[in-house]
Amino acid sequence: MYDLFIAPFAEFDFMRRALAGVIILSLSAAPIGIFLMLRRMSLAGDVMAHAILPGAALGFLVAGLDLFAMTVGGIAAGIAVAVAAGLVARFTELKEDAALAAFYLVSLALGVTLISLKGSNVDLFRVLFGSVLALDNPTLLVIASFTTFSLFALALIWRPLVLECVDPGFLRSVSGSGTVVHLLFLSLVVLNLVAAFHALGTLLAVGMMMLPAAAARFWTQDVTRMAAISVAIGVVSGVGGLLVSFHANLPTGPAVILAAGIFYALSVVLGPVGGLRKRLTPSQHLEA
Amino acid sequence: MATALGFQNLTLGYDRHPAVHHLSGEIGEGTLLAVVGPNGAGKSTLLKGIVGVLRPLGGKISRNDVNARDIAYLPQIAEIDRSFPISVYDLVAMGLWKRAGLLGGIGAKDREEIATAIETVGLRGFEPRAIGTLSGGQMQRALFARLLLQDARVILLDEPFASLDSKTVADLLELVHRWHGEKRTVVAVLHDFELVRQHFPEALLLAREPVAWGKTAETLSAENLLKARRMSEAFDDRAGICEDAA
Repeated sequence: MYDLFIAPFAEFDFMRRALAGVIILSLSAAPIGIFLMLRRMSLAGDVMAHAILPGAALGFLVAGLDLFAMTVGGIAAGIAVAVAAGLVARFTELKEDAALAAFYLVSLALGVTLISLKGSNVDLFRVLFGSVLALDNPTLLVIASFTTFSLFALALIWRPLVLECVDPGFLRSVSGSGTVVHLLFLSLVVLNLVAAFHALGTLLAVGMMMLPAAAARFWTQDVTRMAAISVAIGVVSGVGGLLVSFHANLPTGPAVILAAGIFYALSVVLGPVGGLRKRLTPSQHLEA
Repeated sequence: MATALGFQNLTLGYDRHPAVHHLSGEIGEGTLLAVVGPNGAGKSTLLKGIVGVLRPLGGKISRNDVNARDIAYLPQIAEIDRSFPISVYDLVAMGLWKRAGLLGGIGAKDREEIATAIETVGLRGFEPRAIGTLSGGQMQRALFARLLLQDARVILLDEPFASLDSKTVADLLELVHRWHGEKRTVVAVLHDFELVRQHFPEALLLAREPVAWGKTAETLSAENLLKARRMSEAFDDRAGICEDAA
């Protein structure tokens, strides 16, 4: 038991840091994922994760694998795309998903090209799939401060954000904060994606956001509880993924995301809210 | 009688195309006004203009001493995402926004008010249910409970009785009459002329241009209704610039 669950973290420094990384990430990325999902923006999150790449790649071109440069570049590119797409969706007839879709392939191609200009395939691999086991203390600190800020900001805009999703007309009638809240929310998405990017890379960063959220949807009909459940699922799949990857010698980032994927699959089948099991086993109807 | 809302040559619309064209007039405080007219006549647009969601393309809306916080707005039910995981209680509680705002707590007295509002619309026992499980009528009752909490001087209702059964309509109408009795100003967009004739003393017949505005019986005359029906719904992409825009 000890060997299976505790020893890897007790004995190896890099495992402890990876553990801290995935737990911290889950705390804020998963609730943000809930709102992305409820606003039908799941794919938009994916696109924004890609938008980060060219920015981070520019940072890489200038300064190599430098934490600061790649973080700043990623945030700048992500926010630019998020704000531009958000404004386009808000003030033109084009829907948000269509506005974002254009950025998806362009960003990925541009990012990969930029990295390849100076870096090796190893660098490219690292940028695309992350390096959970190579998190150093400064990177952890960046992840932790971003997620802390996100949690506070999310708490601050929780009410208007919920209202914007349920009844935007009503929110506009009681408060002019709709647009600000929307843009702030998109910025939080970017911050969390940049944080996740350091651990999981461009292609998997959005996984810690969307999979726990999508899984949590099957367990409750209350948004607050849903957020809490998604955090729990994120933490458990983070820990599970790390352990599996340690014992079976599998790549860590994909193992973490796969673990979340297993939770998602289980939720789809077993979840009491719209899960398959409930649908497939008709029960006797009630009196009223 | 003091005026709650005034329109001076008001034009509202989208993308420069007018949906409400050159409307002038006043809504006195405590008025119970029905806004009627064909689809696309600008009725919902007018409410959005009053709430301040939509800026006038021309003319002016004067709210006198009614500020934005004194206006409660019931959007069309179709604009609400009923699949969102939120309970009836939380939805109704949002009516306290004016008081609680972004971070304010909800105290014992507030909770009592919420309970009373839910009780008044006949939804006791539904508090913990997700709004996705409500029927159309129950949903509209919940939204009326939210309006009750908003405790506003001006209440705007966008098609409040669309596709509801007669019992629900009767119950909700009772609330409308209660608001009227409390001297609140109520403006409702409606389609059922019979209902308007029975319950609303004043009516505004819109067909993009105002066709008639006044006592309901006179406004809804056969002649006026015919005129409103002739309104073209066309949204002409090549429409010229309106001559009396000044």
